[in-house]
Amino acid sequence: MRHVIIGAGPCGVVAAETLRKQDPDSTIILIGNEPIPPYSRMAIPYFLMKDIDEAGTHLRSDDFYDTHNIQYLGHAVENVDTDLKVLTTDDGTEIPYDKLLIAAGSKPLLPPIEGADLPNVHNCWTIEDARQIAERSHSCLEVVLMGAGFIGCIILESLAKMGVNLTVIEMGDRMVPRMLDDKAGGLLEKWCIEKGVNIRTSTRVNSIKEEDDVMIVELDNGETIQACTVISATGVKPNTEFLKGSGIEVDHGIVVNTNMQTNVANVYAAGDVAQGKDFSTGNYEVQAIQPTATDHGRIAALNMAGHLVEHNGSVNMNVLDTLGLISHSFGLWMGVEGGDSVDIYNEEAYKYINLRFGADKEEDVLVGASTLGMTQHIGVIRGLIEGKTHLGVWKSRLMKDPTRLMEAYLSCTQELDNVV
Amino acid sequence: MQKSLHLDPAKCTGCLQCEMACSYEKLGEFNPSRSVIKVFTFHEEGRFAPYTCTQCDEAWCLRACPVDAITMDMSTGAKIVIDDKCVGCKVCTISCPFGTINYVQETGKVAKCDLCGGDPECAKACPTEAITYIDANATGYDRMKAFAEKSLPSANTSA
Ligand SMILES: Cc1cc2nc3c(=O)[nH]c(=O)nc-3n(C[C@H](O)[C@H](O)[C@H](O)COP(=O)(O)OP(=O)(O)OC[C@H]3O[C@@H](n4cnc5c(N)ncnc54)[C@H](O)[C@@H]3O)c2cc1C
Repeated sequence: MRHVIIGAGPCGVVAAETLRKQDPDSTIILIGNEPIPPYSRMAIPYFLMKDIDEAGTHLRSDDFYDTHNIQYLGHAVENVDTDLKVLTTDDGTEIPYDKLLIAAGSKPLLPPIEGADLPNVHNCWTIEDARQIAERSHSCLEVVLMGAGFIGCIILESLAKMGVNLTVIEMGDRMVPRMLDDKAGGLLEKWCIEKGVNIRTSTRVNSIKEEDDVMIVELDNGETIQACTVISATGVKPNTEFLKGSGIEVDHGIVVNTNMQTNVANVYAAGDVAQGKDFSTGNYEVQAIQPTATDHGRIAALNMAGHLVEHNGSVNMNVLDTLGLISHSFGLWMGVEGGDSVDIYNEEAYKYINLRFGADKEEDVLVGASTLGMTQHIGVIRGLIEGKTHLGVWKSRLMKDPTRLMEAYLSCTQELDNVV
Repeated sequence: MQKSLHLDPAKCTGCLQCEMACSYEKLGEFNPSRSVIKVFTFHEEGRFAPYTCTQCDEAWCLRACPVDAITMDMSTGAKIVIDDKCVGCKVCTISCPFGTINYVQETGKVAKCDLCGGDPECAKACPTEAITYIDANATGYDRMKAFAEKSLPSANTSA
C-alpha cells in the first residue's frame, strides 16, 4: 500500500505516524512545500520571542522520519489527477498513490486595502515570516498589528514581549470577537491597555503607504500611525487551489464525511484544509485549530489503513495567553436558544467564567463555556461537553456557583460511592 | 505487568499527605498548590476525592502537543512532559478531557503526573491506602478510567 500525504504540518505528521503504527509495511510519502523539516506554526510565537530556536519548532526529532521509514519530500504539489491516482510536484516529479491524504492547511489572507501588498506588511504564518519580522522588529520601535482575532492575539503577545510599541487595529467591536463575548473581550482589552498595548477596536485600516522606509497607516477614524512594520492577521483560507480540476469537492474547505473521506474514492482530507464535522453544531466547518488538526489526522489515517473509524466531530476550542491573562472558549460559548447560562464577572481580579447549558433534554448538559483568568483542570470542560454528561443536581449547584465545575465533573464522571 | 495508580475516594480522609509528597518530590519543597495529584473536597457530604492523570491510552495531551514535548515512558506507560521542549502553549490543557494536565504560571510550562518513574510518592505517603500503585488489571481504577473514558465518544476509536 502506498500512502501519500500532502502537507507536513501537525495534521500530516500525526497521520504519517498513525499510518506507520497501523501498517508497518506500507510506503508512506509525506510532502511539504517549505524547505525545512516539518514544523509547527503554533511554535512560531515562541520562536519570535526567542524562547526557542528554530529546531524547537520542529514537530518531531529530525531522525523521526528515517526511523519510521517515512519519506519526506520538500516540494509543492501542483496537480492531483484522481483518475490516474498520481500527483505532480513543482519540479515535474510524478508521484503515484493508492491512498491520498490532503492536509495542506490554510494560508493567510491579506485585507483588501491599498498597500496591503507592500514588502513591509508581513503575515506571521511561516517560519520565514517570523524570521523577517524578527529581523525587522528588533531594530524598530513602532509596530502596527492588523487584526485582534485568535491568531492576532497570539502574535500580539510575542510582539509586546519583544519590547516594541504596539498598536492593534481590530474592526470588530472587541478583541477576539469569535472566541470571547463582550464581557470577556472587554476585560482582555482593558488588560492589554494596562500593559501598554494600544488597542483600537471598531476601527479599520483604510490604507498603508510607505515613505522613506516609514509605514504610514491610515485608520477610518481619521488617525494616522507611523510604524516600521505592519503585521497582518486578518484571517485565513484553506489551501485548495492546486486541486482545481481534480474533481475533489471544495466548499469553504475540502468537503469530507465522518471518515474524513472526500467525494473522490481513496482521497481523504484533514486539518485546517478540511471542512470537518463540528461536535456541537453537527455542521461541517473549517475550524482551523491545532487540536482538531491532530484529531483529524489520526482519524483519517486509521480509515486509510482500513479501520472504519468515525469522527464524531471536534469541539471548537481555544486557549489564549495574552500577556499573562489566560482565556479559553469551548463549544457553543455563545449559548443556545432556550438553554440556561450563568456567569461570574470580576473586573478588578480579571476573572470571568461563563457556562452555557443545552435546551430541552439537554438542559443539564454543558454545551459551551468561556473563561478568563482560570488555568486549573480546564480540560474537564471539553470532557463534559464531549461526554454530553448529564449534570443532574449539579446543574443547579453550578447555576449558583459556576466555579464548582471540578466537583461537578468528578461527581458525574467518577465512581465516588454515591457522592451526589 | 504494568502497574497503575488506584484511587479510592471512599478511603480518602483529605489529609493531603499525597499533595505534600508530590510537591516535595517534584519541587523539593512542600507546596501542595503545585502538586499534580489533587484532593477535591465535597463540603456538603464531607467527602474527599484524590484525582490525577489516568495515563489514558488516547493520550490526547501527547497528540495535541505541537512540539513533541510529551512522550510516553515505555516502562511505566506514563505520559511525560519534557520541560526543555514545552513552550507553554497550553493546547494540551484544553485537549485533555480529564483536566489532568495544567499550566503552571510560575514556570510557564505545563505539569502532569509522571508516576515518579514507577515509584509514585503519593501512594507511599497515603496513610489509608486511598492511593495505591498496583497491577493494572487488578485495580478498580481501571473501572474508573473506563467509566470516565466511555463518557467520551471519541474514546471509542483507540484502534
Ligand atoms: C502564529 C500562529 C499561532 C497559532 N497558535 C495556535 C494556537 O495557539 N492554538 C491552535 O489551536 N492553533 C493555533 N494556530 C493554528 C494552527 O497552527 C493550525 O490550526 C495548524 O497548524 C493546522 O495544522 P495543519 O497540519 O492542518 O496545517 P498546517 O500546519 O498549515 O500545515 C500544512 C502544510 O501543508 C503544506 N502545503 C500547503 N500546500 C501544499 C502543496 N500544494 N504542496 C505541498 N505542501 C503544501 C504547508 O506548507 C504546510 O507545511 C496558530 C497558527 C499560527 C500561524
